[in-house]
Amino acid sequence: MVKKLLKSLREYKKSAILTPICVLVEVFMEIAIPYLLGILIDQGIEQSNLSVILKLGALLVVAAFISLFFGVESGKFSARAGAGFAKNLRKDMYEKVQDFSFYNIDKFSTSSIVTRLTTDVTNVQDAFMMVIRGAVRSPITILFAMIMSFTVSPKIALIFLIAAPILGSLLILIAKTAHPVFERVFNTYDDLNNVVQENVKAIRVVKSFVKEDKEIQKFEKVSQSIYKDFRKAEIILALNNPLMQLTVYTIITLISWFGAKLIVGGSLTTGELTSLITYAMLILNSLMMLSMIFVMITMAMESARRIVEILDEVPDLANPKNPVMKVKDGSIEFKKVGFSYVKDPKKLCLKNINLKIKAGQTIGILGGTGSSKSTLVQLIPRLYDVTKGELKVGGINVKKYDIKTLRDQVSMVLQKNELFSGTIKENLRWGNKNATDEEIVKACKLAQADEFINGFPDKYDTYIEQGGTNVSGGQKQRLCIARAILKKPKILILDDSTSAVDTKTDSLIRKAFAEEIPNTTKIIIAQRVSSVQDSDQIIILDNGEINGIGTHEQLLKTNKIYQEVYYSQTKGGSDDE
Amino acid sequence: MNKNKMDTVTMKRLFGYIFKKYKLRFFIVMVLVLLSSITSVASSLFIESLIDDYITPMLSQSTPDFTPLLKALSVMACIYIVGILSIYFYNRIMSTISQGTLKTIRDEMFEKMEKLPIKYFDTHTHGDIMSHYTNDTDTLRELISRGIPQIVSMIITIIATFVAMVITSIPLTILVLCVLVAMLKVTENITGRSGKYFIQQQETVAKANGYIEEMINGQKVVKVFSHEEEAIKNFDKINEELCKDSTLANKYSNILMPALANLGNLLFVLIGVLGGVLAINGVGGLTIGAIAAFLNLSKSFTMPISRLSQQINLIVMALAGGRRIFELMDEEPEHDEGYVTLVYAQKDENGNIVETDHHTGMWAWKHQHHDGRLEYIELKGHIELEHVNFGYEPNKMILHDISLYAKPGQKIAFVGATGAGKTTITNLINRFYDVNDGKIRYDGINITKIKKPDLRRSLGMVLQDVNLFTGTIRDNIRYGDDNASDEDVIAAAKLANAHGFISHLPQGYDTMIDGNGGSLSQGQKQLISIARAALTNPPAMILDEATSSIDTRTEKIVQDGMDKLMEGRTVFVIAHRLSTVRNSKAIIVLDHGKIIERGNHEDLIAQKGVYYRLYTGAFELE
Repeated sequence: MVKKLLKSLREYKKSAILTPICVLVEVFMEIAIPYLLGILIDQGIEQSNLSVILKLGALLVVAAFISLFFGVESGKFSARAGAGFAKNLRKDMYEKVQDFSFYNIDKFSTSSIVTRLTTDVTNVQDAFMMVIRGAVRSPITILFAMIMSFTVSPKIALIFLIAAPILGSLLILIAKTAHPVFERVFNTYDDLNNVVQENVKAIRVVKSFVKEDKEIQKFEKVSQSIYKDFRKAEIILALNNPLMQLTVYTIITLISWFGAKLIVGGSLTTGELTSLITYAMLILNSLMMLSMIFVMITMAMESARRIVEILDEVPDLANPKNPVMKVKDGSIEFKKVGFSYVKDPKKLCLKNINLKIKAGQTIGILGGTGSSKSTLVQLIPRLYDVTKGELKVGGINVKKYDIKTLRDQVSMVLQKNELFSGTIKENLRWGNKNATDEEIVKACKLAQADEFINGFPDKYDTYIEQGGTNVSGGQKQRLCIARAILKKPKILILDDSTSAVDTKTDSLIRKAFAEEIPNTTKIIIAQRVSSVQDSDQIIILDNGEINGIGTHEQLLKTNKIYQEVYYSQTKGGSDDE
Repeated sequence: MNKNKMDTVTMKRLFGYIFKKYKLRFFIVMVLVLLSSITSVASSLFIESLIDDYITPMLSQSTPDFTPLLKALSVMACIYIVGILSIYFYNRIMSTISQGTLKTIRDEMFEKMEKLPIKYFDTHTHGDIMSHYTNDTDTLRELISRGIPQIVSMIITIIATFVAMVITSIPLTILVLCVLVAMLKVTENITGRSGKYFIQQQETVAKANGYIEEMINGQKVVKVFSHEEEAIKNFDKINEELCKDSTLANKYSNILMPALANLGNLLFVLIGVLGGVLAINGVGGLTIGAIAAFLNLSKSFTMPISRLSQQINLIVMALAGGRRIFELMDEEPEHDEGYVTLVYAQKDENGNIVETDHHTGMWAWKHQHHDGRLEYIELKGHIELEHVNFGYEPNKMILHDISLYAKPGQKIAFVGATGAGKTTITNLINRFYDVNDGKIRYDGINITKIKKPDLRRSLGMVLQDVNLFTGTIRDNIRYGDDNASDEDVIAAAKLANAHGFISHLPQGYDTMIDGNGGSLSQGQKQLISIARAALTNPPAMILDEATSSIDTRTEKIVQDGMDKLMEGRTVFVIAHRLSTVRNSKAIIVLDHGKIIERGNHEDLIAQKGVYYRLYTGAFELE
């Protein structure tokens, strides 16, 4: 997993490698300083030799400056490496997501993709910086300090050798014990956030039912359980510091005792004793750092796993080897098509669909929620692949086309449609980035959008807010239709795209379609019978199966569902018109 | 300066919370922290005496006597044990203090939030409000549970070490002070820059997140239009910018620690050299032991300073978080100066309304007049608006001179385009907002005199965005009335046409709803919300019809449920489909906050005005 992530390091590899090298030099100096200082005490101060003191002193000052320089450099390199790594990770994930099919997107859900691209990357970035600096620093410090201690006095160094692993494993044990409690805390946090979120969203419900007190009680219950768990986790972690101190003090006491014996015995000098105590401190501090890094890594691992999941996801749609680059015409044929979102032939939501649509025809599709109308049409531009059977566009299986070619020719207005922040013109040019102003106006006239656009003070340069919140539902739908028309597709699919448009405009749009783009195959999904009434064929979908196909007159005679829907909708208005 | 003052206030309030419940414990913690800091200073000083008082004398003895050393070490061991125990207990107590304080803050914040007027929720984004409970509380947690004890212990260590240094050697202490000044300058310089870039990074992050969110949410559209390349190109630009800012911000914060640590090293070296020179020349009576001890002291002096410098970012962030939390807590709560209450009532033998203590199916307003007269008025649901003017902002009026009435049992429908003011009127009736001008009366009583909870209890509400809560379907319906029996719940569900689908679910009424009703369809959620309103059985209702596309069959079921709910009640309907308003007693057509047409369906059709054109499909409703 780590290997997979590190692939994204690329041009920042140099910084990532230079960081530990700088750290190495810095650590080396930090170890050398107490050693040289020990010599300075023994040979300079004890012997009252001023020239030794000055000579060594100069050397030490230089060492301290070198250490300072490399310390600062390592900080710079690690910042560059961390930020760059994060950038590349985001880039790689983002590009990967662009390759995702609808199936892949559904699998992750958009909100989870967003979290992975943002929070998770930041977590990994922080951990990565910590690792390239700290994870190198601490073990090297320990190693160097050990070696130096052994050179000074192997007997005393033995004390470290015994103490360090004991402390190290105890620290890790504590971290591991606390981990599940922390995990539980974070889950409870989700509950807490859920209560808050529900309240913020439904504040009108809470207030109109006068349920403030009940909600406060609910919140306090969750809040109490966070308090309990978090306190428990922190009490476990509270062992860390005293344990650390216990080790420090034990070692100092032991060094004092054995050191004194050795000095009296003549095999150790006072200067050496001073250095040894410094080394002991260094080692223990490094162990503490190491346990902190360990905790950070375990936390970042979860984020790393979530990132790799995206990077490892195989887009389930791929271009064929020798793709067909031209779509002949807008004819469509479904042959015994079955489809399942989970690719399980036993859980089909479209069953045995057989359909023939000629180029230029207008097709209406009706059906209740859950009848898989949207699913059916999403197969045509190959947003999903059929699970069973075969689907042909222009007489050729959709799987044989170059995906971009196919989608350029099959234009679709999605049910949940999005406009992006930017001007109207910019949004429309999504359909065709080279479209001239005349083409844009023409498409908008077709979609009956030109009139209201001209009603805006900035006309086609009106800025659309994120999510298209500053235009009404019906206006948004018409802009989306215009955008789709600009592609000049051979097949145009409207998935319930005129639901917020009034009936008159709706019929004007359909009239314009019939007159202006007669050769384009038009597929219209609708709730209103009036939107599909004059289609060449109307398809009634029920529970993923075709319940009936025919013209308005035919279906009105034979199809029960169609009759029911028709009468329930026309009953209201007809007697007044 | 102003900001500093704000920080002080925030700090003071924060400590106020800590002291409120944990004054004694906090005091104990401070004593324990003091003990542990003294232990660590004592440990440094011991090394001085170890060499000077124990080892050096032994070197001159022919038969070294280890007993004094052994004794000294035993004393030290005892001191160490006290130090270790203090550390353990202060960490332990501190976890209770920090988590307890956070709990108090969270609870108070939520309680406060529930009392805020709707205006607060309408003028702040959900994400914004949520972040008080997540980000802001997190920074406080870091500060209280880790920051404060560390900072206190560091400060005590620094002071104690400083005293020890002065005692050991004044010339060397002066040297330390010089280096300290340098360290502070460096810290100030670097944190200043890193702070600036961190803020800049924060802004770029927000921008990048915004872009990612927008594009990923529209990812399906990107696919349909084969727009992947452009999407990547724009992303790269923002990503590059983020990388640049992030590098800068992290660079300075990464540099700080090694810079300070190595200044500490430099100090270490200088002490050795200067100390050596002084010792040889016999200035200040320095011994080798004293130098060794001083070296150690300098470590325990500079280490907390460089650690403290790392806490600065933490403190700055926590203060910002704390400030935001206190801002929420300081928001003006919803005022309620009402004194008319809703009580159970019945008629006595003379036909007068009297108050009772049990549910009788009859309710009355209990109006205590200022002159001491007590009046009971039967709750009927007669609502009247008189010349109402209103704007969400004082200089931007939304409603102009609205007058209308609904007699008990009448259905009034509001029709008009988005922004015409339909929802605004209903917001005024249940006092989510208060009128700027004019009056609203409920059964003849000005609604500002009615206690808000009682007013709202008398008004049922079904909103267009169905909001259900995590819990079972039964819990959700019972939201209307906690004391309702299971039979009541089922009766309400039957009334709302929801019983049918609920009893077909495998777990029936015990089906769990989570994440705002995930597994249920939009129509089913609407049915539950209708049942929820039905359970309260209010005399008056506000209904905001759903606009989302549900299929015709479900819509019919929902409509029937609504119709049954409306029967016999005063109802205000915000209509999004004209087919549902025909049987209203009065239809009010609104345009830009003014009533432009009113009358029943037949009247309005005959007028051939706006309603007629809407009805015939020549106008768009939304």
